[in-house]
Amino acid sequence: MNVSERPLTAMIGLPDGPPDCAAYGRAGGWQAVRRALRDMTPEAVIETVTASKLRGRGGAGFGTGQKWSFVPRDPPATRRKYLVANADEMEPGTFKDRLLLEGNPLQLVEGMIIAGYAIQAGHGVIFLRGEYHLALARLNHAIAEARQVGWLGENILGSGFGFEIHVHASGGRYICGEETALLTALEGRRAQPRSKPPFPQVGGLWGAPSVVNNVETLCNLPHIVANGAEWFLSLGLGPDSGTKIYGVSGRVRRPGAWELPMGTPLREIVEHHAGGMRDGYRLRAFLPGGASTAFLDAGQVDVAMEYGAVEKAGSRLGTGLAILLDDRTCPVGMLHNLEHFFAQESCGWCTPCRDGLPWVERLLDAIESGTGEPEDLDRLHDHARLLGPMGRTFCAHAPGAMAPLASGLKLFREEFDAHIRQRACPLRETA
Amino acid sequence: MATILVDGRACPARMDENLLQACLESGADLPYFCWHPELGSVGACRQCAVKQFSGPDDKAGRIVMACMTPVTDGAILSIDDPQAKEFRAGVVEWLMINHPHDCPVCPEGGECHLQDMTVMTGHARRRYRFTKRTHRNQDLGPFLNHEMNRCIGCYRCVRFYRDYAGSEDLAAFGAHDDLYFGRHEDGALENAFSGNLVEICPTGVFTDKPFSAIYSRKWDMRGAPSVCAHCAVGCNTIVNARQGTVRRVINRYHDAVNRYFLCDRGRYGHGFATTPTRPRTPTTRQDGIPVPVSITTALDRFAAMAARGPIVGIGSTRASLESNFALRALTGPDRFSTGLPQPEHDLTMQVPALLRATPARNPSLHDMESADAVLVLGEDVCATAPRLGLALRQTLRRAANPAADAAKVPHWMDAAVRMLGADTPSPLRVLTPAATDLDPIAATAHRAAPDDIARLGFAIAHRIDASAPDVPDLSETDLQLADTLATALRTARRPLIVAGLQYANAALLHAAANIATALHAAGTDAALSLVVPDCNSMGMALMGGIPLDDVRAMAQAGRIGTLVVMENDLTRRLDATILHDLLAAVPHLVVIDHIATPLAQQADLVLPATALTESGGTLVSTEGRAQRFLPALLPAMPVQESWRWARQLSLATAGTEPDWTDLDQIIAAMAQDIPSLSAVADAAPGAGYRLDGRRVRSEPARISGRTALRAHVSVHDRPLQASPDTPLAPTMEGAYSPDIPGALIPFYHAPGWNSVQSLNRFQQEIGGKMRGGEAGTRLLDGTPHTPPNWHHDIPPPFTTGPDDLLLLPEYRLFGTEELSTLSPPIATRIAPAALRLGTMPAGLENGTTATITLAGEQITLPVRHDSALPPGIALCPPHLAARAFGTPVHIQLRREDAS
Amino acid sequence: MSTADTLLPPDLRAQITELARAEHRPRAASVSALTLVQAHFGWVSDAHLAETASLLGMSPADLDGIATYFNLIFRRPVGRHVIMLCDSVSCWIMGRDAVCARLQARLGIRPGETTADGAVTLLPIVCLGHCDHAPAMLVDHTLHGDLDAETAEHLADTLRQAAP
Ligand SMILES: Cc1cc2nc3c(=O)[nH]c(=O)nc-3n(C[C@H](O)[C@H](O)[C@H](O)COP(=O)(O)O)c2cc1C
Ligand code: SF4
Ligand code: FES
Repeated sequence: MNVSERPLTAMIGLPDGPPDCAAYGRAGGWQAVRRALRDMTPEAVIETVTASKLRGRGGAGFGTGQKWSFVPRDPPATRRKYLVANADEMEPGTFKDRLLLEGNPLQLVEGMIIAGYAIQAGHGVIFLRGEYHLALARLNHAIAEARQVGWLGENILGSGFGFEIHVHASGGRYICGEETALLTALEGRRAQPRSKPPFPQVGGLWGAPSVVNNVETLCNLPHIVANGAEWFLSLGLGPDSGTKIYGVSGRVRRPGAWELPMGTPLREIVEHHAGGMRDGYRLRAFLPGGASTAFLDAGQVDVAMEYGAVEKAGSRLGTGLAILLDDRTCPVGMLHNLEHFFAQESCGWCTPCRDGLPWVERLLDAIESGTGEPEDLDRLHDHARLLGPMGRTFCAHAPGAMAPLASGLKLFREEFDAHIRQRACPLRETA
Repeated sequence: MATILVDGRACPARMDENLLQACLESGADLPYFCWHPELGSVGACRQCAVKQFSGPDDKAGRIVMACMTPVTDGAILSIDDPQAKEFRAGVVEWLMINHPHDCPVCPEGGECHLQDMTVMTGHARRRYRFTKRTHRNQDLGPFLNHEMNRCIGCYRCVRFYRDYAGSEDLAAFGAHDDLYFGRHEDGALENAFSGNLVEICPTGVFTDKPFSAIYSRKWDMRGAPSVCAHCAVGCNTIVNARQGTVRRVINRYHDAVNRYFLCDRGRYGHGFATTPTRPRTPTTRQDGIPVPVSITTALDRFAAMAARGPIVGIGSTRASLESNFALRALTGPDRFSTGLPQPEHDLTMQVPALLRATPARNPSLHDMESADAVLVLGEDVCATAPRLGLALRQTLRRAANPAADAAKVPHWMDAAVRMLGADTPSPLRVLTPAATDLDPIAATAHRAAPDDIARLGFAIAHRIDASAPDVPDLSETDLQLADTLATALRTARRPLIVAGLQYANAALLHAAANIATALHAAGTDAALSLVVPDCNSMGMALMGGIPLDDVRAMAQAGRIGTLVVMENDLTRRLDATILHDLLAAVPHLVVIDHIATPLAQQADLVLPATALTESGGTLVSTEGRAQRFLPALLPAMPVQESWRWARQLSLATAGTEPDWTDLDQIIAAMAQDIPSLSAVADAAPGAGYRLDGRRVRSEPARISGRTALRAHVSVHDRPLQASPDTPLAPTMEGAYSPDIPGALIPFYHAPGWNSVQSLNRFQQEIGGKMRGGEAGTRLLDGTPHTPPNWHHDIPPPFTTGPDDLLLLPEYRLFGTEELSTLSPPIATRIAPAALRLGTMPAGLENGTTATITLAGEQITLPVRHDSALPPGIALCPPHLAARAFGTPVHIQLRREDAS
Repeated sequence: MSTADTLLPPDLRAQITELARAEHRPRAASVSALTLVQAHFGWVSDAHLAETASLLGMSPADLDGIATYFNLIFRRPVGRHVIMLCDSVSCWIMGRDAVCARLQARLGIRPGETTADGAVTLLPIVCLGHCDHAPAMLVDHTLHGDLDAETAEHLADTLRQAAP
């Protein structure tokens, strides 16, 4: 595979750590920001990105160019605008943004300058998970260096465009990854999500127009601007453009993350890149893109990892990092673990999520530990039905929590029944 | 107007409201928790879920939160949809997971919104079989109980307390299902409106603490519409009583005045009527010792006094119009005093004239909320008229509306509007001698002496309209400030000027009037609000009378035989020596009052009067709104209304017999006699009012135990006495409907709605006027405006000598207003008096004491440094240190150890 | 609060003030300020919270509402070292429960507790983004992966032996 096919990670994994400004430039960095600021209008940048069909890598897959186009073009001169990099990465089973942050922070910086220029925002904020200490150090170092060299600050490259980046280390809450909760957190409040409208592009941070983009999304920008939309479109195997950082965790031989063309089938990722299942373990089911995506059955492992195909299979691409459930791990236990996470990370704002998820967690706990009742399954189904669809809870957290539950209840029906019947976990002895 | 289809029924709806409001207004039962008519929507509880269909062909529909969905014309929705019903039942089931189900011992029981909504959703069987979480409760001070286990996490408390009322000492803690709403540590809630949490909380987390001690279920109490007596704003209240005692005061909605909220002084101030020292029988003084006597003896005694010389009456700004009028009828207008010493008298008398002469609007509180520029001129409204201060605070929220419009966000989307308006400049500007609670949200908070504030005010008026007089020798900074403020006001659409009588400074009022006049001339929709001190100051201003100084002169001239002082503690009005001389020159002193005042101790005859809660009458609020209060209790003879006493005194003196015996008659007589009060009868329907041919019942239909209460005496029901002064029947027998006039609401109840939220059913539209008509009547409207008449009394710049200080009254929320200070829960919140000094003379430091001569008394007080005070200004709470201190005086400071 | 009864060292106060100044509104520095205080004292006491709040122009209740909202702000004392063992799904699959059990046994504490010698606090934490090396844990600021009961136990021993 040549470098141009692995644009995001080409400079990652260098023996001396992440590249500095000069090394980054030698390896092709800064070309894009030069081109954008010197040769392109902000509108042209948006057009290019729209043409590239780049979709958000934060989980929802919204068209990036389209998202930017909602930012008011000519607000009053006094109005600030913000570009926010979502580096909260707390979705269980997801470890792609950390790779990009630690491995090549300048790539993110360049992507942010381009995005900032496109929406004419002078302020960039990186909302970073509080636990990512190494990433914090490397980002701060990279930003300081970029500022010193002149990539950040006023009047970059004499273009008249000025841009600053500030890193905010989070206090730790999964919901901060949700873009409106993230903005609330940045304002120094309890990170509860906000209603839409107003969308952040119109009224975001401090009520000002703001765009929130995922780290991986932003890291794609220098390559799109440098190489053009056509090139980016050509990278994908199917309808989706570009490459994607895919990953696998669970009982495979070589868990990890790899940058591959959009649309790579999961089987190839599991068998070729992750080395297949470990000896003695068979694939039972998998969450294709993080904890808040629905389970797919082992038989669906050929699914192409692209937005439409995974959705057609009954789940979501999500973050693109799959979690594998093997045949010797208890699915009820796994669901219990997932729902514990979701219950604990509910922000506490809306009733169904705040009080429904702990109930779900306790039901699963009871079933797993052998005190489940047959009606408990009805209660679990109730919750999946009541909380699953979007719009019933305030934000997408609870629907995310219900995705593995609803699918798991179907897929692992037998295991659930066995737990309740035997008043114990049937897999306990074999595990 | 739009039309929406609710379960096939076409309902009118306003385009600027949400589906929840529209459904409620259509009479539908749609449950909710986090939405509140005054706080708007945030979509937290998810209880108001309905099914919305995109068109006639959409059979599947989509569940939406009604409170978060704007009305659109032709919107099709279903409340009865099975999925929506199931979801709503689910929400209550989730809320009930941790709720303790302690309704039998919960003070909220029977008027609990959570109970109502639980019944409404049909959730009846508990399926959650795991443990509940429990919390430790906090001591939140004398007003509120805290029982966190009952919390359902609707966030209404913090939204009201923080976002609406502006205090930060209550917060949400924790996350997920481990939420806690309370303070950082135990302690009294700081906000002046904390008591509203009782009505804001949809269940029993925050409940009324003094009420708990004398608790009764809502359905076991009688209610009567009343008006708050603790400042001049005139908030409407409901007084609840049972077994001859007042149990509590709650809010009575008036769309233009207090709307949904009362201040804590109003809610917890009613205890003055139950102090053990309250006079309950007529008392004469024999050899200096008070002796209870019968009414007949008392009247005979009075007749004997009256035979020996002319009677002079002193009325009161805290007594009803009717009582003042009856006293005036006893003495004749020339011998009826307003009970105010000259400066306050003159100022009070001026206020209605000023309001009438100024072409600007005289706004209601609700009107003030939508001002887009506010100048507060020399009045700490948060202390003198707390509810008005809360209304001014809302101008900040309104200022965010343009930003919301730009983002196409409806105004009721509360969190979004506040967020969008985060950077909106504040429309509030405060010029006062000392800091006020509005300062933190004001664009300008400037400190100056009252005279200098008046000068600034005159200068502002001149900058808006050059024909208004200019102020000579303004300092450079004052010039700039005047320019800035003038620009801010002139460029506003609805500017508002607020001033008041706190510092008894006529120039301040005149400056305010000049600005308002100038703004009106400049084409803005200007408003002028003047705050008077007492609940019936405005009524007194309209009635008229002679100042206390004239009474003193009459006494000195030996022209008073008997002085009848009604509901007025002259020790608060006159310096001790002056009062002593006055009383010495009067052969007989008669006091009519419902509290034991120091003055009453010197009276030859004390006649026990009713408190507001036991009588009917009318008060005129600071905006000139005459408002009726009705008795919640029948006075226990020999206690009777001051006006009935005055009538009996008239009869006893063999003068002319008044041709009125009940409230309606005295009102009619007053309207005839005093033109400015001719409309007072319109304030509320008279006693003859009938709803569907019957009196309005004052007790809920479910009241229990009327006979059981006195079963140890007799199990037979007794006919209850009815008051001739009220159209309310004393019992549950009578009519009741949502069409009861606003002035007669004894309690709120609608089928399925037992909590205060049933109010929604009584309004023409949510947050709008009462279906049965607005309470009260505005007396100052409709007078023709004369062409602008500029005031020219610009004071010279304020100066004082080196040791000379101007001592200003530091009004306090608790401790200044006379009646509420007698109420036990409020008394515990009164901080001790101190002398606040801007510059500390050598030898004084924080906490040391100084002696001053105040109101003729030598007073020693601890001193406190307040660097914000302008030079030459000191502050001290009125009446707390020296009883008669209420208006600015010049003082000399002496160090305690030096004296 | 007069400077006489301040508890935060002057340079920390200065840092917090500077953080607040750099933000659009001082309150935006809430989490960063609390994190700074915690970096200095290990946790955020009531007194430190109140002082931080006053530097940010907030009420203690307001700031505490934020402090208690987030996972990484400790409102109770912790040991000299804090072990945050991932309890999310990939680590669970890969045996984090066994690692936890061994750590508990070795340290004699349950999650949420601190060893009697004040050396180590054991806490669960959500997914650390180290799922390809599950089970993982964060010890103070250092990430450890591919744990098993033995390696975790060894790490815990080293922490306890390390001089305070
Ligand atoms: C509960 C929840 C958690 C989320 N966490 C993250 C996250 O950690 N990182 C992220 O980039 N997006 C996260 N998202 C998605 C963001 O809301 C948002 O869609 C994304 O940052 C937009 O960036 P993109 O358009 O570049 O994908 C989360 C969404 C939800 C509902
Ligand atoms: S679904 Fe509701 S409680 Fe859950 S995280 Fe979103 S807003 Fe918070
Ligand atoms: S009332 Fe609509 S969500 Fe709470």
